[in-house]
Amino acid sequence: MTCCGGNVAPEQVAGTSRELTRLARAEELSRQGVAQPDGSVHFTLSSPSIHCGGCIAIIERNLSKLPGVRSVRVNLTLRRISVLLENADISILDVVEALEGLGYQAYPLDDVPDATDKKAASELLRALAVAGFAAMNVMLLSVSTWSGADGATRDLFHLISALIAVPTVAYSGRIFFRSAWSALRGGHLNMDVPISLAVLLAVGMSLYETLNHGEEAYFDAAVSLLFFLLIGRYLDQMMRDRARNAVIGLSRLAVKGANIIGAGGRLEYHAIDEIEPGMRLRILPGERVPVDGIIVEGTSDLDLSLITGENQPVALGKGAVLQAGTYNLTGPLEMEATRSASRSFLAEVSGMLAAAEQGRGHYMRIADRMAQIYAPAVHLLALAAFVVWMIAHGDWHQSLYVAISVLIITCPCALGLAVPVVHVVAAARLFEEGILVRDGSALERMAEIDHAVFDKTGTLTHAVPKIVSAPFRDVRQEQMAYSLASLSSHPASRALVRHLGERAVLPLEGVREVAGCGIEAVVGGKRVRLGADGWVTEIAGGEASERKSTGISFAEEGATPVQCEIRERLRDDAAEAIGELAASGIGVEVLSGDKAEPVSAIAGELGVETWLAEQKPADKIARIDQLKEQGSHPLMIGDGLNDAPCLAAGHASMAPASASDIGRAAADFVFTRDSLDAVPFTFRLSRFAGNLVRQNFGLAILYNCIAVPLAFFGFVTPLFAAIAMSLSSIVVVTNSLRLSRFGGRKRLSREAGRSNPAHHSARKQAA
Amino acid sequence: MNVLLFLIPVALLMGLAGLIAFIWSLNTGQYEDLDGAAARILEDDDDKPIGKD
Repeated sequence: MTCCGGNVAPEQVAGTSRELTRLARAEELSRQGVAQPDGSVHFTLSSPSIHCGGCIAIIERNLSKLPGVRSVRVNLTLRRISVLLENADISILDVVEALEGLGYQAYPLDDVPDATDKKAASELLRALAVAGFAAMNVMLLSVSTWSGADGATRDLFHLISALIAVPTVAYSGRIFFRSAWSALRGGHLNMDVPISLAVLLAVGMSLYETLNHGEEAYFDAAVSLLFFLLIGRYLDQMMRDRARNAVIGLSRLAVKGANIIGAGGRLEYHAIDEIEPGMRLRILPGERVPVDGIIVEGTSDLDLSLITGENQPVALGKGAVLQAGTYNLTGPLEMEATRSASRSFLAEVSGMLAAAEQGRGHYMRIADRMAQIYAPAVHLLALAAFVVWMIAHGDWHQSLYVAISVLIITCPCALGLAVPVVHVVAAARLFEEGILVRDGSALERMAEIDHAVFDKTGTLTHAVPKIVSAPFRDVRQEQMAYSLASLSSHPASRALVRHLGERAVLPLEGVREVAGCGIEAVVGGKRVRLGADGWVTEIAGGEASERKSTGISFAEEGATPVQCEIRERLRDDAAEAIGELAASGIGVEVLSGDKAEPVSAIAGELGVETWLAEQKPADKIARIDQLKEQGSHPLMIGDGLNDAPCLAAGHASMAPASASDIGRAAADFVFTRDSLDAVPFTFRLSRFAGNLVRQNFGLAILYNCIAVPLAFFGFVTPLFAAIAMSLSSIVVVTNSLRLSRFGGRKRLSREAGRSNPAHHSARKQAA
Repeated sequence: MNVLLFLIPVALLMGLAGLIAFIWSLNTGQYEDLDGAAARILEDDDDKPIGKD
């Protein structure tokens, strides 16, 4: 913290600035509503702190009592609240504040029901239901034919099966046909090509058999194949949905607009896209700077930690350059926009992010890699069977029959389940530990990493620093300091509040916050100050001792000042986590935007030898690229805006839940608990999941090795196909479920108390 | 043979009824909050089922 020095800070009574912040917030919130045809307004609020049935009752009962609220409905699974207001004049802020009063943080979502995604999910579920119905009934009829129905009865059964199977394949199979067709048009093969071919040929051949009173029909194989594969697809989809909902649930209200000072000094709220260079904006304490600009009036402490990784807030005054995304801590500012939102620092970072993400697009999922080998092999095998039988017997009907049964028996039913089941179980297991995974490919990439790059501020350390010593002389002083600190959002004050714990708040008068200096109030007729050394000693009686470390001071008028020492607080288990990574042969390094001194201190404490300080986003990307060029697969763990491009560029990436919105969106994994143990745990689990996927492929191939020769020599009957296919799927699924017992994470008792409330819902997914 | 003509349609209709019931429950949003439904049953006050909003 720097002292105010020559800068004369505009002094603002805290209450007034809060009122203004509240108005700006109300304006911002009300923009998220969706107007209904009857004039009412619908809001969807996300509230991650909802966690049990009691919450539903409390929220619904209390909110529905508020004037103007027509209906309230809590969704416990998604942790959302749907609120319908009578008309547009009723402020949603009242509802949000009532929720906050009940102890629930809430904010509206604007991208509510993502219509296309929701449609895709329910189409998949409907296809699954239809295939399930058809599989059951066709199987029932098939069992009767296998147990000896013949003559007219068999023909009737085949006919009924055909009537059920053909529409089902047309309806439920669309998903596979579409994907296979687009793969073929793109000139490559995926797993859906042999699937579609097998299903279509099986149905076609069975229809031919049915019409010619043949003995064997494969309707049951075709339909149950679709059923099993759709289960795999559905699991995959469900996992991605759940992860996305959880990530959306974490995102705080991003900057969507700002108060523009219009003609005559009137404040007008404008959306962020409407801000033009030259406009004057007012940034209140607690707001983020929406666009790049220059301060034209006011002084404030600004938190740059998400942008540069710098730990200490900086006091800036008139003429200083502000970057978009900076967080205003203490005083109101007036700034002049120098660039529009689309060309601000934030947009530059987004550009870098998009470029980095494209670079990772080359990664090919393990199932697709398998398909590249598997699909041509299967097709060649079927062709070979046809040719061999034509040469040996010359009977085209028999030859075609054998070729098709080869295709059906090799159809990658177990392969279709091999990967999604493992990934879903892995994601559920991670979810229980408070780790969210973006998709299945993230797990595959995570298993391959051999290098871990950590950001410092907010990743290795907590966002809020720690007070190491606070030599207050008595409880009253502690109470006064607590009361002052609880009014400020400055990191040092928050650290002090955390350090002192729950205290009674004393009545304060004449509270004012001075940017770059601290906070002042009057208690019992005496001034008290909390803040920077020099400023605090002004009112103190005694001589201030020379300070050796960074910190915050407190003084009562006329008394000796108290100096509290502040240090960055390492996350729980950071040293153990890094030790464990190093023990598994992973190179660890620290890459920070902060200055060399704190970085080397932290690196030394953790026993990390490689560290780089004062890295700009471009430098960080360059380092990641350099690692990649050396042939290693770096894992990036970071939280800031400056880390976001690196998170996208890394082979895999993780971010804490406290990360910037953009950083969290770029990361593959988001961990919601304090402990850094999440990193080695995710790594171990991903490796184990990778092994399971390979085992599953091994099992599926083993099955093929036994079944294909039988099919090749014409021994396969529909009964055999049905048993073999079901059996291989069951084996694969059972093997994958071993993952749900994957443990070995040290459970800390204090961590269990703070565990992610999202966790009972994870069980269901695993089941 | 006669019994088949009677039983097969019955079996199919029953299956179809299940399928239709499932699709109906899906379309009316009954799977949207499974955890909430489990918790709501323990509440004492009069709670109406989800209406279309």
